[in-house]
Amino acid sequence: MGKPADRRDRAGIHFTRIHLLYLAAGIGFFLIPLAADAFYTRLAGRILIYGLCALSLDLILGYGGMVSFGHAAFLGIGAYTVGILSNHGVESAWIAWPAAMACAGVTALVIGAVSLRTSGAYFIMITLAFSQMLYYFFAGLADYGGDDGMALWSRNSIGGPVDPGNPTQFYYLVLLLLAIVFYLCRRLVHSRFGMVIQGAGENERRMRAIGFPTYRYRLVCFMISGAVAGLSGALISNQTLYISPALMHWSRSGEILVMVILGGMGSLAGPVMGAAGLLLTEEVLSEYTEHWMIILGPLLILMVLFARGGIYGLLSPRRES
Amino acid sequence: MSMQLWVVQTLNGLQLGVMLFLMSAGLTLVFGIMNLINLAHGSLYMLGAYLAATFQALTGSFFIACLLAVPLVMGIGMLMEMSILRRLYDRDHLDQVLATFALILFFNELVRMTWGPQAYFMAIPESLSGTVEILPGIPYPAYRLTIVLAGSGVAVGLYLFIGRTRLGMIIRAGATHREMVGALGVNIKLLYTFVFGMGAAMAGFAGMMAGPILSVETGMGEPIMILAFVVIVIGGIGSVRGAFAAAVLVGVADTFGRILLPPALSSMAIYILMAGVLCFRPQGLFPAHG
Repeated sequence: MGKPADRRDRAGIHFTRIHLLYLAAGIGFFLIPLAADAFYTRLAGRILIYGLCALSLDLILGYGGMVSFGHAAFLGIGAYTVGILSNHGVESAWIAWPAAMACAGVTALVIGAVSLRTSGAYFIMITLAFSQMLYYFFAGLADYGGDDGMALWSRNSIGGPVDPGNPTQFYYLVLLLLAIVFYLCRRLVHSRFGMVIQGAGENERRMRAIGFPTYRYRLVCFMISGAVAGLSGALISNQTLYISPALMHWSRSGEILVMVILGGMGSLAGPVMGAAGLLLTEEVLSEYTEHWMIILGPLLILMVLFARGGIYGLLSPRRES
Repeated sequence: MSMQLWVVQTLNGLQLGVMLFLMSAGLTLVFGIMNLINLAHGSLYMLGAYLAATFQALTGSFFIACLLAVPLVMGIGMLMEMSILRRLYDRDHLDQVLATFALILFFNELVRMTWGPQAYFMAIPESLSGTVEILPGIPYPAYRLTIVLAGSGVAVGLYLFIGRTRLGMIIRAGATHREMVGALGVNIKLLYTFVFGMGAAMAGFAGMMAGPILSVETGMGEPIMILAFVVIVIGGIGSVRGAFAAAVLVGVADTFGRILLPPALSSMAIYILMAGVLCFRPQGLFPAHG
């Protein structure tokens, strides 16, 4: 039995390096509110929330091979669920956040049921079209702000000693939620379900041939991804206390996609790093010029042409097989 | 509903339809032949409008502006193809989406820096500013009618060009058997650049025609580009015939949706149409490759 032990050994080495990375990132994010002022805590919170959203996209994109260009729709649905509930007097996070996940999940189920019948370029364009449809729907929803969006009076309440209204506490809450989702997704990806999803991403026809109903698996994965994006939407609306259709604009979907690619798709830590990478680049560039997009655009093109592995790919050399 | 409303709205639908066709013809050709998803197609539309508005302000003539702007957009499109997009033909769709998304960011900011953030004004040419009585007692703006006619003219021209000329034949052959066409001595690279330029010219033309009736502003090409995606998905990606049929269908459906349905639902009408079509024909109405 030399071979399996050997394999476990190698896996062990790989594991510790990645674990160290996670640990360092975790400690880093944990220390930010202690070491930096409110501005940076806010920025780091934004990174975590968008990291959560990008992570959910990576579940279907990096693992499932489904290039969705409409992920901002689920972010927006989550945010609007919190906003609309709060408008009707529901302030508890215990109700609002799961509701946000449920609404986004159901929306993803409906969109996925149609979109997943197609693949490739069709899938990209259809997910884009559906998110645009929801954008116009919410932009036309005059009761809830329409084009201008709506403000939240206060953050959702949790009860007990936890007060999300306090920026530092809210930040740690976001960090905790990200850690939990991260752990669950890690379990998911390595489960039998995750293997089927990855198999279908690599070669759907083969997976179908060996008897897996890939459509159903993919649909469930799409729904989970939508629900997690809904959670990030609930969090972003709580952080900014403002909800507008701009959250689900198609360019937002593009940004989330860029985060995943920049960080490295097909990994769970990658999207979070990508979110940090993109948001920090924006922040730094906008220090120098208001026309920062004229620099960001060409930078992204260079990244696509020359650096496919993303940040994660640079940090963890590929496992040779 | 009165007769007048029907006629006018049908014409409005046709007008949106030919606009969409001008956009989606380029998209679908580029996809069908080069296998490229080009999100930045809307930027060419925007550039067409801005350049035409600028030339119109400089020369005072809409028609001279048209003669200058359309070839210029075609040139910009070909430059874009030669410098960046050419490298993406062999990549997967995800890379293409990202790179062309980045191009949109670039062009939007470039336009904002050159022409400023406020919307730009473009006048309807004087000779077309009146109305025409299409049926006794039913006036219709001459300029909008011109759009319908010019767009249909381009559609017919494109149909004849692809179906009847030697170059069109090579393009059709290139779409199905690109290696073989290359082996027969056709310069495929040049052919691709030309096809892209053609698509760019049509997008620029559409933007220019839309300039006087919509506002000329940054990002103006994006909503119509997404609609054009809906069109080519309904029509069947890669099929020019399908793009025409779907463009008219979407144009008319959207226009009538706006007057017949409540506001929140009307903006969703064409997407529901798309979902409906896809349920029955996942490859679109006229799949290009059977």
